[in-house]
Amino acid sequence: MSTKKLLLGDEAIAIGAVNAGIAGVYAYPGTPSTEITEYIQALPLAAERKLHSAWCVNEKTAMEAALGVSYVGKRSIVCMKHVGMNVAADPFVNSAIAGPNGGLIVVAADDPSMHSSQDEQDSRFYGQFAFIPVLEPSSQQEAYDMMKYGFELSERYHITVLLRITTRMAHSRAVVEVSEEADEVAPISYPENPSSWILLPANSKRQYPVVLEHYAKMEEEGETSPWNRYFDGEDHSMGIIACGIGYNYVRENLGDTSKYPILKISQYPAPKGLIRRMARECGSVLVVEEGQPLLEEQIRGILPSGCKIMGRISGELPRTGELTPDCVRAALRLPAAETFAPSRNVVPRPPALCQGCGHRDMYTALNEVLKEFPGNKVFSDIGCYTLGALPPFRAINSTIDMGASITMAKGAADVGQYPSIAVIGDSTFTHSGITGLLDAVNANADIVVVISDNLTTGMTGGQDSAGTGRIESICRGVGVAPEHIRVVVPLPKNMEEIRNIIREEISYHGLSVIIPRRECIQTARRHAKAKSSNNGKK
Amino acid sequence: MKRDIILAGVGGQGILSIATVIGQAAIGEGMYIKQAEVHGMSQRGGDVQSNLRISTDPIASDLIARGGADIIISMEPMEALRYLPYLSKEGWIVTNTVPFVNIPNYPDESAVLNELKGMKNVIMVDIDALARSAGNPRGANIVLLGACAHLLGIASGKMTEGIRSIFASKGDAVVEANISAFEAGRKAAADGKN
Repeated sequence: MSTKKLLLGDEAIAIGAVNAGIAGVYAYPGTPSTEITEYIQALPLAAERKLHSAWCVNEKTAMEAALGVSYVGKRSIVCMKHVGMNVAADPFVNSAIAGPNGGLIVVAADDPSMHSSQDEQDSRFYGQFAFIPVLEPSSQQEAYDMMKYGFELSERYHITVLLRITTRMAHSRAVVEVSEEADEVAPISYPENPSSWILLPANSKRQYPVVLEHYAKMEEEGETSPWNRYFDGEDHSMGIIACGIGYNYVRENLGDTSKYPILKISQYPAPKGLIRRMARECGSVLVVEEGQPLLEEQIRGILPSGCKIMGRISGELPRTGELTPDCVRAALRLPAAETFAPSRNVVPRPPALCQGCGHRDMYTALNEVLKEFPGNKVFSDIGCYTLGALPPFRAINSTIDMGASITMAKGAADVGQYPSIAVIGDSTFTHSGITGLLDAVNANADIVVVISDNLTTGMTGGQDSAGTGRIESICRGVGVAPEHIRVVVPLPKNMEEIRNIIREEISYHGLSVIIPRRECIQTARRHAKAKSSNNGKK
Repeated sequence: MKRDIILAGVGGQGILSIATVIGQAAIGEGMYIKQAEVHGMSQRGGDVQSNLRISTDPIASDLIARGGADIIISMEPMEALRYLPYLSKEGWIVTNTVPFVNIPNYPDESAVLNELKGMKNVIMVDIDALARSAGNPRGANIVLLGACAHLLGIASGKMTEGIRSIFASKGDAVVEANISAFEAGRKAAADGKN
């Protein structure tokens, strides 16, 4: 039995995973991947089965916990945004060599065009790099169906599987046919070859050729995979290779009956045989892929030099940014539709910190005090407070990656920067800031770390934050002097007190932590609403 | 039958609720649907949009091509203009007339409204006022939905069914308040045409 549901790509993946019998989902929130875990958290079957779905401290801990699940023979998924792959890279890459026991799928949600991210790295490279097969759905239905397929692939070859999606798959809804039956969660069973999990050089040297051998087999499998399809056409002047959702933009422009041959690719390693066929039969090949030109670069090495290859490298498609029906249309040399000119009465409307947000009061106080310290630098981090870079605050000098505020402030202070300030949120602090704080403690770095604590993971919509209620004790435990851990309530009425504390701690030539703490106004509103509706029911 | 719709507004104005009701009604009619949403950073008071495509035939792309939108539905007048290059030459704009000014360099309001008035196919409604007089000040987005209902190619009975099913969990009072808002918008659009 099956039912039809209107689902985001993220939600289709969530149900697909639960129906494939996962024992849990392991994730840290990150746009556009967050809704996968949230959907599982709200799914009655997941609650009934007591599936693990609590947020992890970061992507690395998530990946490693899922490896533990796999070791004992059960299925799980790990979900993250593309930059989370950098954090999880160590266990991800080495999982291939260990060889999962229970099926293991990593879902990486890439964000080409950087709607909510600092770069547009393409996670397919991680798959290629680690000899891990990649699935890239072109529809929400495929996203659902690929979960079961991916777990079977994972268990057949004892390999981690990477499911790569992009923003338009993650955050677009379509009707998906969903099974009403779910596979059972597997009982505990241990690896047949336990030494493969102990990556001593002797064991890894034995395992690595096995990984390569399996990768070659998966290359063959790509030729007949249900996700890779060759549609012939009568006009062989051009063939089109369309990857993932790039396929949709090609179909949007050419319709169901394209005169050009189309090779749809949604499983990697890419099917070399089918690609060679296209090169043999067509005068030129256009590669339409979302993200970076991974395949275009690869096939320049596969194909004979007589075949013209077009794509993002050669300039038929833009080198950066996500695909659109319009840029694919231009690459197909079809005429553009007639359009209205852009209006001159439109200006950008950038996002901003919410009115009433505690980060605002924190930045107001910080900016006022820093006027007294010319030459100051404020190293910040990833979260809502990154918006402190924009007017009216213009309060920060850097944002690189999760946790970099503290370590960059320390590095700058090591070589003479004063004042050197770090601004980081509570969730980012527990994600990747604690280790950096320990470096700062060990050096007694002359820095002020502002942990702007809104008791949640705000930017992604208010998920639990791993250190809520324990930020001071974490700082004390790492070794920050208790008298230099200062807590304030960021409200306009407390401005003078906050300014004084910031001034004192900048003037102290050692490590200080200031914790402005007030609940995120978005979650506060939600909590107030939930409380009043509960009272209403009584 | 197909409708390619761009929903526009400012983060927090409730464009996704409009999309949900249209989507529900379209599914009720057995249509195909694709709806690309914006989540994340831009929801913090920035411009937001959603591409909603409904069709009796299968739909390939999640995104609408330039010059392809049949309707722009906007909670805010300048945001309606932002997507002009996506509007088909025969397409309609259905927009709120009340600016949402949260930036220091908001353009001249009368210039924005005059440009909209100059469009061939446009419906302009003060949805905030209509929502208040319909006794549902938080239902401005549903007023706007009512104002564009006749352009959607879906029977209005299906639309009200959609509203009922989506708001059912919030109780009868909320359902009826939203039906009133929807009717107020529908009436405003019909009166405007005369």
